[in-house]
Amino acid sequence: MNPENEAEQPATRAERRRQEAESAEAHQHHVEEVEEAILAATETEPVASEAASAPVASAPVAAPAAKAATKAQQKAAAKAVAEGEAKPSADEPATNRVLREIMNGPIVLTILAVLVSFIIGGILIALTNSEVQETAGYFFAQPGDFFGAVWNAVSGAYSSLFQGAIYNFGRDDFASGIRPLTDTLTYATPLIAAGLGVGLAFRVGLFNIGGRGQMLVAAAAAGWVGFSFPMPMWIHLPVAILAGLAAGAIWGGIVGFLKARTGAHEVILTIMLNYIAFYLISFMLRTQGLLQAPGSVNPKSPPMLETAVLPAILGPNYKLHAGFIIVVLATAGVWWLLNRSSTGFRFRAVGTNPNAALVAGVNVKSTYMWAMALAGGLVGLAGVMQILGTTPDGMTSGIDAGIGFDAITVALLGRSRPWGIFAAGILFGAFKAGGFAMQAAEGVSVDIVGVVQSLIVLFIAAPPLIRAIFFIPSADGKLKRRPLRRNSKAVSA
Amino acid sequence: MSAHNNNGVVTPAADAAISEVLEKKELRSWKAAIALGVFSLVSILLFLVFPRHGETGFRWSNKDDLISLPTWNTDAALTGQVVTVLLIILTAVVVWATLKTGTLIPRTRRIIVTAAVIVFAVAFMVAFLAWAMVGNNVPVTGLLLGTVSLSVPLIFGAMGGVISERVGVVNVAIEGQLLAGAFCSAMVASLTGSPWVGLLAAMVAGVLVSFVLAAFAIKYLVDQVIVGVVLNVLVTGLTSFLYSSVLTKDAATLNTAPRLSPVAIPGLSEIPVIGPVLFNQSALVYVMYIVVALVFLGLFKTRWGLRLRAVGEHPKAADTVGINVARTRFWNVSLAGAIAGLGGAYFTLVSVGSFQKEMVAGAGFIALAAVIFGRWDPIRATLAALLFGFASNLQNVLAAVGSPVPSEFMLMLPYVVTILAVAGLVGQSVGPAASGKPYIKG
Amino acid sequence: MKLELRGITKKFGAFTANDRINLVVEPGQIHCLLGENGAGKSTLMNVLYGLYQADGGEILLDDEVQQFAGPGDAMRAGIGMVHQHFMLVPVFTVAENVILGHEQAGFAGVLKMKEARARVREISARFGFDVDPDARVGDLPVGVQQRVEIIKALSQDARVLVFDEPTAVLTPQETDELMAIMQQLRAEGRSIVFITHKLREVREVADAITVIRLGKIVGEADPTASNAELAALMVGRSVDLTVHKEPAKPGSEVLKVSGLTVLDENGLKVVNDVSFSLRQGEILAIAGVQGNGQTELTEALLGLQQKVSGSITLNGSEILGTSVRSILDAGVGFVPEDRNRDGLIAEFTIAENLMLDRSTGAPFVKAGSVQREYRDAFATEKRTEFDIRSGSINSFASELSGGNQQKVVLARELSRDLALFVAAQPTRGIDVGSIEFVHKRMVATRDAGVPVIVVSTELDEVVALADRIAVMYRGEIVGIVPANTPREVLGLMMAGERHAEETDASAEVSA
Repeated sequence: MNPENEAEQPATRAERRRQEAESAEAHQHHVEEVEEAILAATETEPVASEAASAPVASAPVAAPAAKAATKAQQKAAAKAVAEGEAKPSADEPATNRVLREIMNGPIVLTILAVLVSFIIGGILIALTNSEVQETAGYFFAQPGDFFGAVWNAVSGAYSSLFQGAIYNFGRDDFASGIRPLTDTLTYATPLIAAGLGVGLAFRVGLFNIGGRGQMLVAAAAAGWVGFSFPMPMWIHLPVAILAGLAAGAIWGGIVGFLKARTGAHEVILTIMLNYIAFYLISFMLRTQGLLQAPGSVNPKSPPMLETAVLPAILGPNYKLHAGFIIVVLATAGVWWLLNRSSTGFRFRAVGTNPNAALVAGVNVKSTYMWAMALAGGLVGLAGVMQILGTTPDGMTSGIDAGIGFDAITVALLGRSRPWGIFAAGILFGAFKAGGFAMQAAEGVSVDIVGVVQSLIVLFIAAPPLIRAIFFIPSADGKLKRRPLRRNSKAVSA
Repeated sequence: MSAHNNNGVVTPAADAAISEVLEKKELRSWKAAIALGVFSLVSILLFLVFPRHGETGFRWSNKDDLISLPTWNTDAALTGQVVTVLLIILTAVVVWATLKTGTLIPRTRRIIVTAAVIVFAVAFMVAFLAWAMVGNNVPVTGLLLGTVSLSVPLIFGAMGGVISERVGVVNVAIEGQLLAGAFCSAMVASLTGSPWVGLLAAMVAGVLVSFVLAAFAIKYLVDQVIVGVVLNVLVTGLTSFLYSSVLTKDAATLNTAPRLSPVAIPGLSEIPVIGPVLFNQSALVYVMYIVVALVFLGLFKTRWGLRLRAVGEHPKAADTVGINVARTRFWNVSLAGAIAGLGGAYFTLVSVGSFQKEMVAGAGFIALAAVIFGRWDPIRATLAALLFGFASNLQNVLAAVGSPVPSEFMLMLPYVVTILAVAGLVGQSVGPAASGKPYIKG
Repeated sequence: MKLELRGITKKFGAFTANDRINLVVEPGQIHCLLGENGAGKSTLMNVLYGLYQADGGEILLDDEVQQFAGPGDAMRAGIGMVHQHFMLVPVFTVAENVILGHEQAGFAGVLKMKEARARVREISARFGFDVDPDARVGDLPVGVQQRVEIIKALSQDARVLVFDEPTAVLTPQETDELMAIMQQLRAEGRSIVFITHKLREVREVADAITVIRLGKIVGEADPTASNAELAALMVGRSVDLTVHKEPAKPGSEVLKVSGLTVLDENGLKVVNDVSFSLRQGEILAIAGVQGNGQTELTEALLGLQQKVSGSITLNGSEILGTSVRSILDAGVGFVPEDRNRDGLIAEFTIAENLMLDRSTGAPFVKAGSVQREYRDAFATEKRTEFDIRSGSINSFASELSGGNQQKVVLARELSRDLALFVAAQPTRGIDVGSIEFVHKRMVATRDAGVPVIVVSTELDEVVALADRIAVMYRGEIVGIVPANTPREVLGLMMAGERHAEETDASAEVSA
């Protein structure tokens, strides 16, 4: 309900004092005009306001009360009240209402966003297909050829995407037919871990674009332990993993520290630290005695010792490694942390309204620091999965494989909910696994996957756009702006 | 409180006295002194503890220049010692000025500190070059020429960033705009055979990226940083996809762009050192000079700039005087995209001659860093971009002679400097008040 | 210019903010629009100014129907507005602010700043304003900023001027000056709409009075009407703000503040050498015009201010410089001035909000886990006790009315063992029923032996609640006086006059 809720940094509370009178009264102004009506509602018909303002806080990243959202709520509440209805749309058939609510649910909108993105991806595939281009040349003579070519191009691409990601029908036995699914899970493993790191930061109101840097330093640390110190596996593997987590946590913690101490904006800090990490690791990888394999001239580390490699969990025929189990545990852990623990309670409080959290005695600065360290650790886990699971034959400066940025899309698609991120990670893992298969089988560049992925996120970020495309009226029958947003001031440091 | 006397009853102060009544303390800032102190220690370490002996030449002109300047040979160790002493003196001056905060006239103090910092930076750089390039000639002209050419896309990107952020839309999508500009200019210039049409295409491409940014940020109120980040992924994916599935299939017709060649400006280009650096460049660089000047003058001297800044600082105030906030934002973000798109064209139409996957390689983020380091001011952002260009070019030069400083650390410089800037260690970075905040009417 | 509004109706959803409002303002007339907060005055003026589109009715200027698509149209038609929240860009100069939106420009849109400065000087001279056209607006005091707003309207030669609650941020002295300016404008033949809810001002300058309540015009009155008549019209019911309380029985001293100084981030002294003390079982009200350091003072008590010096002791131990957490644990209850910003998390449920400042240990947290059964049982109990009207304990705070939100904050703060209770503007923007409830609880808290500090800018509330009254002016306490001090004296103190009978704060106990 607070129009001035664009999150400010509590550190600079005094900053707003100049406009103090304004903000307090501005709020009053906005609110009061509808307040009497809302008041009447809660007094005469307590249920009404509940129905009227259902959509609170369902946008995940959406930390503070968005101005638009709350205004819409107020108005909706006021409307419900004034008409004395229990539900804003009681005058229409119940089935319509139910249908409308389902259509506006986040799951349906997500599915529609994925669908639209695939269609656009399909158009791109068709447009760049040489057969389609040829048949388009004589479209008016034989339109059938053209549509056939389009169908072949698109269905070929998407079916090979599916077969590369889920189940390969070309194989005789189930054991090898199901291999793509295990590949999907393997690709999903670091995506989920990094997605959790980005999503956790979102919930605290922080935007962690530093996935690349955090993964690199984590992979370097885990890799260094992994190739340097021969130890029994039961001790080597945990130590290597912990080393990676710690490195990621430190790299993320630097951001939290600088933000807490100086008020610098985390978006800028994380972007800059990505490059610093990249050059730092590149330097170490080409320097003897640091990370470079002895006697080698390539910027690459030695392979991991076997005792530090995550074991395959489905036997040697499948790439899926124990990292997947760790990631499942991590997802459960983050879920508990955010939804059940007191730390998570404070994290969410800071993420949605840092001012109120400060007044409630939460140390907002140290919360930022710990949250970024935790986020960095989780993203670091993704780096660990890469070096100890996916490519244990040696570390390069490309080990992050773009996962740091993909994680942002994973977290957004998963709406920053741990299990949502888990599902989104598997979806994008499937894209990765299938994308390579598609490139090999159909010659469609794997880059199309990045296009589809980012389109999905864009569409999810703007529900009104999806509604407009599919002519879905919004929940209260009007266009309602309920934006995906996060709790953060401008990039102004 | 000054307005009250001792016997208790006073009449309220008149308006003019209000500012006195709230006593203001001039805040003492030690940042400059500390920064200089740190660099003085670095120079003691490099030039006194680990000196390198031998001669370093500073070459001021190339062989075929009209006016030829003599090469300036220096003794690296001696230069290091002299400069270190100078740096310590300058640090002492700044410490003195800082201690005198409150007694010195603020303006005088600022001038002293700024001058000391500038002299310090130049002297340190001379000693550092003499130290790092010992036994070699420092090609000053070449160093500066390379600086300009590496800076051009950064400056275009930074101008796009300045406009966009000044009007209230955070532009993290500079990278995407550069990349889109690079791709379209390469393809269109190759198809038409005209680099000029290519430039136009680059602008259109930048505008298209901006349209998406503006639509999501202004109409759908999606968080601007999120849109920016996702747009970068989208443009990277799209250009890479089209590159592999279209451009590479027929590189001769689709990805062989005619390049813009350098045009020497008669007279000006013969000035020693700066002539060949600034006035023997491709047309796109001259366009850049004009763009920077226009953005600067436009922002601070014209109606366009006044309205643009008002919308970025206090959109509601702009609205109440009849300025359409959404429209102003939309078109200026588009303009920003066009300018950044031109920067992308520099990669394909000047530097390389063809499009490569992900060829922008983070320049957009350095441009963003320049915007912040330049405190949202077009001139300062340009200088910041030049500094970043200088750092990466210096890295190239040092790598060529096998310098003692690992090249990665030179490449890190822009990012480290930006972190120091946003952390408030170098100046104060406060952006436009309403940047990043969607404006909702009513 | 004659302004006429005919049947203006403005709805937000199904809520009608303005219901068929008719209003005629003659040239050379100051027409007062009087009404409570939220009565719909500002909405009406925003319709007039083109910021909102009316759902019905028409606007006439000199008997011609106008169509305003935006503020630009309204300004061109000759309507100027002095906004309640100044519409000035702080980083712009006075001249830049004045020309914004109707700039005179030459070739290529280059601004004619010389003309702009001259215009500012000319208007300033006419009204004796003494405003420097090149001063940065953000550096100017509030009173001067308001004059920039007036210059802005006049530079467009506005014939109809709307003043929207112009005195809310002014001292009485500045208010008097503003009244004089308005009279001067009237003498020039301009039509003036003066929006306010302060009766004194209305009676001073108005030529005609229209009273608006719940979006409707409820009556017109003559400037000679009595305060009681106007108040009755405005409120529509007899309001009894008197709080029934026994005389205070102060106990031992609990809080001692001495030499407290708070600097803002610019190094300005927003609280200047403030000292007072407080005993068990008394209410100290801090009165003053908004923005005179009251907010910073209460925030300093909770440890929210960064640059503080002096001393604050609670039951003998120093709390200045410790963390908010430890001050809360020491038993300070705090109701922040802006509950939406600082008191509640809109996206959290009532139950979550009720445990907001107790998330560190038992009984709400055990072994790092939130005890959800305990939390819900607690919330259920408090919801009944504090009469929080909501769907359930799982309703989001954003769904509550202002009064019920405030009850959540109160319930949370009063459910702890308190050594001190600080409430800043506890009844701002809430309904009358909730105000009464809040007042009762505060007196009950006092009677339970807890010292209470209440900050209010409403003199009525101050007088009703206080056992002692401290008046703040520009960061200083100009005096601490008994609750029965005449209002005229309090008014003078709020304007900065030190009270002649000022006595030592700690010795003064009103009975």
